[in-house]
Amino acid sequence: MEILMAFVIGILFMSATYLMLSKSLLRIIVGTGLLSHGAHLLILTMGGLKRGSAPLLGEHADNYTDPLPQALILTAIVISFGVTAFFLVLAYRAYQELGTDNVEEMKGTEPND
Amino acid sequence: MSLLHLVIILPLLFSILMIFFKRVQRVHTGWFVLPLPILLFIYFLSLLPVTSSRETVTEAINWIPSLGINFTAKADGLGLLFALLITGIGALVVFYSIYYLDKAKEKLPSFYVYLLLFMGAMLGVVLSDNLIVMYAFWELTSFSSFLLIGYWYDREASRYGAQKSMLITVFGGLAMLGGIILLYIMTGTFSITEIVGNSDQLYQHSLFIPSMLCILLGAFTKSAQFPFYIWLPDAMEAPTPVSAYLHSATMVKAGIYLVARFTPVFGESGFWFWLVGGVGLITLTWGSVFAVKQTDLKGILAFSTVSQLGLIMSLLGVGSAALHYEALDDNIFLVATSAAIFHLINHATFKGSLFMAVGMIDHETGTRDIRKLGGLMPFMPITFTVSIIGAFSMAGLPPFNGFLSKEMFFTGMVRVTEMDIFNLGTWGILFPVIAWIASVFTFLYSMILIFKTFTGNYQPEKLDKKPHEAPLGMLIPPVILVSLVIIFGFFPNLLSDSLISPAMAAVLPSLIGTGEEFMVHISFWHGINIELFMTLGVVVLGIILYRTLPKWKGVYKKIPERFSLFRFYDRLLESSQSGSYRLTSSYMTGSIHSYLVYIFAFFIFILAATLIGQDAFKLDTVNVSSIGIYEWVLALFVVAGSISILFVKSRMTAIILLGAVGYTVSLFYVLFRAPDLALTQLVIETISVALFLVCFYHLPKLRQYETRIRFKLTNALISVGVGAIVTVIALSAHSNKLFDSISQFYVENTYEKAAGQNMVNVILVDFRGFDTLFEITVLAIASLGIYGMIKLRGNGRKEG
Repeated sequence: MEILMAFVIGILFMSATYLMLSKSLLRIIVGTGLLSHGAHLLILTMGGLKRGSAPLLGEHADNYTDPLPQALILTAIVISFGVTAFFLVLAYRAYQELGTDNVEEMKGTEPND
Repeated sequence: MSLLHLVIILPLLFSILMIFFKRVQRVHTGWFVLPLPILLFIYFLSLLPVTSSRETVTEAINWIPSLGINFTAKADGLGLLFALLITGIGALVVFYSIYYLDKAKEKLPSFYVYLLLFMGAMLGVVLSDNLIVMYAFWELTSFSSFLLIGYWYDREASRYGAQKSMLITVFGGLAMLGGIILLYIMTGTFSITEIVGNSDQLYQHSLFIPSMLCILLGAFTKSAQFPFYIWLPDAMEAPTPVSAYLHSATMVKAGIYLVARFTPVFGESGFWFWLVGGVGLITLTWGSVFAVKQTDLKGILAFSTVSQLGLIMSLLGVGSAALHYEALDDNIFLVATSAAIFHLINHATFKGSLFMAVGMIDHETGTRDIRKLGGLMPFMPITFTVSIIGAFSMAGLPPFNGFLSKEMFFTGMVRVTEMDIFNLGTWGILFPVIAWIASVFTFLYSMILIFKTFTGNYQPEKLDKKPHEAPLGMLIPPVILVSLVIIFGFFPNLLSDSLISPAMAAVLPSLIGTGEEFMVHISFWHGINIELFMTLGVVVLGIILYRTLPKWKGVYKKIPERFSLFRFYDRLLESSQSGSYRLTSSYMTGSIHSYLVYIFAFFIFILAATLIGQDAFKLDTVNVSSIGIYEWVLALFVVAGSISILFVKSRMTAIILLGAVGYTVSLFYVLFRAPDLALTQLVIETISVALFLVCFYHLPKLRQYETRIRFKLTNALISVGVGAIVTVIALSAHSNKLFDSISQFYVENTYEKAAGQNMVNVILVDFRGFDTLFEITVLAIASLGIYGMIKLRGNGRKEG
């Protein structure tokens, strides 16, 4: 399972990188969304998969999955959500002020021109 | 703080007092400055008996003792000789400047501040025993010289000259610092005295040659040796007192001082002999040949300074050979060192007087151009007398002191032919021949200097002013200097016991035991010998060349400008500026895309290189869990979703696909037994997709955006590379598990210690509650930021 997940994560990273290299601001944000999915799955996979029941003591199982990566991912999900939301509104405001969402057109004026 | 320290610091302290003299308008500021160098000169004279008996005055103050950097002042024969030159000529130059600079038109306080800074720095260089302190003073001389050259800063040429001298001397100064540090690595001390004491072991060290080259680079740039002489002619934009003081008598001799000071350390090496002697000879010849070409009086003097410095440098190089012959008696190479020191004094006297004379001509006629001048003898008889004595001494004519040092120079060079070390063999004959040719040119430009200015046709129509003799005050300093020229010419042994012999003891300390003395005896008449015939030859050929000057001067025009070192320096500066501009603008494109490409490419390169270099890739299939049908389906879903985002045309589809991938990820969390994650992921994915759609609604409905991403090979290669690297690292990391997890602790203690059953929640709010606190802060900041972005508008900042 971990090997399969490694490939899935690789493909998520690949698509994310390709999107981030494009010109449209919206596509770049979609890319960051995919990238954070990849990173979260990576953390989970590296902690080991399917090694027991859910980390709830009420289950009374002999074996639980590792709770630490889950706590880390939960924090990461919330933070990436905050950043994504901020970024989206930033893109929206940039479009309102500049009239474009093409990053190639957003270059500042050269100081020595 | 001893008296010797005070003497070094005093000019620097005095320069601060200049603020108060700004208020005094009626008296020329120079009068306040004048007593200082005179007092210092008298103090240094009082030290003469000490150094003549081969004692030294050493005083130390701790500065940074933990680093071995202490302000150790030491006056020995060599240091005292320079200190006397600095303060003596300093006093004369200050006196001269009182009459040269107008008190109403010039900013006098700043002039004297710079001059005093320079004087203090120069005294610090020659009297410091600690190399780091010496380096600090060394850079202060570069700095104050920069300020003095750019004194008339509203002139373009002054600024150019100041910048040029700064760049070249600071380049050399930094090289010297490198050499000092290498010496410290070899010896473990910054003290010159201790380094000289341990110089025997240095010779074998692998850093010996690099440190020697670095130190010599500092000396050659400061003393305007080939090919670094190019700053000196441009430094002539400074006021004439500055040129007389810095660029003939003192600062340019700092490099000479450095070479003399380090002769006991490096002198035994053949490299030292060849480099110092060879560069000195090249500079001597080059400077004298190009001095003939100049039409500006100060230009001639600048090139002649370069040439004379080369002469002293070559003598020091040849003199280092004396270290190879242990015996003190019959050491025939000693004469080169004594000639170097003698000529050092002589050059300071005659070159100082010549600069002052040129300053007076400039002051009284309004020009320094040799083509406009002529026939000034009847108008300026005293200036003429001063100049002719100075120039004849420079040309090496009897009975002036230049004649004696020129004779000793020839002696030193002729004796190179008798040398049996350093593979000299037949090459030794080059030394006297080159020296002789250079002397012919020296004679030639000295004659040009005098006779083109004072004899020939008087051309009143080309002059701005009616020439007349300079004021008495301006005449006094050069008259004092030329009297010294004559006195040293007739009574050279005045200097030999008091100054030259102690200075030689400092340059060649290993040659004399305690109680012994260098017997320097300069006789006025050597008898009929080869040196006398060489001088006769110089005079005869010089006169012939001078007579036929108009016929062959055209040769200089044939030398193409392109090969000039001045042009080379300008090109170098220009091309380094334009080159770095082009380099920066080639990669700093301003496009986010290219920066991301650099970052990703670097990421791939570094990780791949590390993986391959460390042979870290490993695939372990034993420790993996099984894959069920659900996992296959979900994995296919994520892969299909994320890849098809790349190919969709409409961004609406892209957003929906992103949402689909997010929901699939939350299903993965369900499969992998992470209920809290699945819950959070579902909610957050929903909000995110909603946000995307809100954004989407406001985005422009332009045609160009409704296309799919244009395929680019670089982007594709880089993204495939990133994906592959991440996969490979994930696989290797999973296969290299080193330690067990610490999670057993959480499993055991979640209920026992924290009274909870949901382990993830207990970790979030109890075991690792700080993470959660700041994640809340992140959300708060994000929401405040979003609010600010929407509500706050830059007022009036919109253009157009």
